[in-house]
Amino acid sequence: MIPRRIATTFALAGLALLAHGPAQSAVLPDDRADVLYHRYDGGGVTIDGPSVLLRKKFAEKYSVSANYYMDMVSSASIDVMTTASPYTEERTQGSLALDVLQGKTQYSVSYTLSDESDYTANTATFDVSQDIFGDLTTVSFGFSQGWDEVRKRDDNAFNETVDRRSYRFGLQQIVTPRLMAGLNYEVITDEGFLNNPYRSVRYLDDSSARGFSFQPELYPQTRTSNSVSLNARYYLPYRASLHGEYRYFTDTWGIDANTVSLGYTHPWGKRWILEAGYRWYDQSAADFYSDLFPRADAQNFLARDKELSTFTSHMLSFGATYELPSLGWDRLRRSTINLFYDHIIYDYADFRDITKEGAPGSEPLYGFEADVFRLFVSGWF
Amino acid sequence: MRTSCRLALLLVLAAASSGCSSVEPWVKPYERQYFADVVMSGERDPVAGSYLNHVFEAREGARGATGSHGGGCGCN
Repeated sequence: MIPRRIATTFALAGLALLAHGPAQSAVLPDDRADVLYHRYDGGGVTIDGPSVLLRKKFAEKYSVSANYYMDMVSSASIDVMTTASPYTEERTQGSLALDVLQGKTQYSVSYTLSDESDYTANTATFDVSQDIFGDLTTVSFGFSQGWDEVRKRDDNAFNETVDRRSYRFGLQQIVTPRLMAGLNYEVITDEGFLNNPYRSVRYLDDSSARGFSFQPELYPQTRTSNSVSLNARYYLPYRASLHGEYRYFTDTWGIDANTVSLGYTHPWGKRWILEAGYRWYDQSAADFYSDLFPRADAQNFLARDKELSTFTSHMLSFGATYELPSLGWDRLRRSTINLFYDHIIYDYADFRDITKEGAPGSEPLYGFEADVFRLFVSGWF
Repeated sequence: MRTSCRLALLLVLAAASSGCSSVEPWVKPYERQYFADVVMSGERDPVAGSYLNHVFEAREGARGATGSHGGGCGCN
């Protein structure tokens, strides 16, 4: 099973690219086609595959879009290496969306199905956005409902469900002729089987040769999170832009997180657009997380998922877009080829690398670096 | 005490309503050409942006408020 976090977030992320984002003015997106190859390589995990998006307007009032996405996963992550065996997995995802423009109001609905051998995720969304105040302000609201099925390899009797809901609000404001700012707020609730059926926690065990043993992790059946973000984009005195964003996150599992990102976009010549950015992320651990519990069944809920630990990450990004010369096709207005590269460094503060030697609880702290590539072509019709 | 609270509320409402009625859109349509420039577009490449959001949510505890339908469950 691809980690559930990956499966479900991909399902929702897929919707984001299909429907016009809520923090947009009420203008239907252009007809376009995108073909992308993505690759993530880090921490013993390689995930790559294609993503194809098609979007078409009808009668200047309706826009439909479809996305096909695929992950091919090869995992030998530290979790897998310490408690299981390396595996390969495939996940496919299909999405459909419809946008309807009525005056200054835009309605969007979408549905996504994500499927792999031991996890199925369904997600439906509804969003509405409205331009007000002389089109200086865009207000948006949205709701998502997800219903998932969790299965387990080699255990046909295992069948659990997850119910996911998201409520969101957005405000986009033109502040000056060069400055645009936005605010987004989102509440997400999950209910059901929220942990990974394969993952384990470790606890001190004098009877074990290494001094510790493993037991299955156990999460609460519910989780509610609140997140708020502020963003701004500024057109510089020459033709280039700066953008920044801050997000604060908190949830009922005790995780607090801060994200800061900065970026710079600069055209070069008539055909190139170059981008560079930096992103900083920091979070505290969930209340029921521990790298090493003092004994078996030490508390009601148990987690040793490094994504729930205390850690910081830094990301450097570079991107280049090249506008292709006319291909001579009447229906193709313009086309681009794009390459984006991101390098991410993860430093964990309370997750130890137990593939290394050391007394229980004194092994070196874990960390890894990841490379992310996105190569794609886009065409507008 | 109750009277002063009502007075305060009345003043706030009066200020808010007068503020709304007197403020005009201060950036005129003909002053918005910079926002049409591709360098000011936050969602220029939806496929690529969506993928990167996923990369974050799959490996971080935080989720949501990305300005899109993404948000993720962060289940585990």
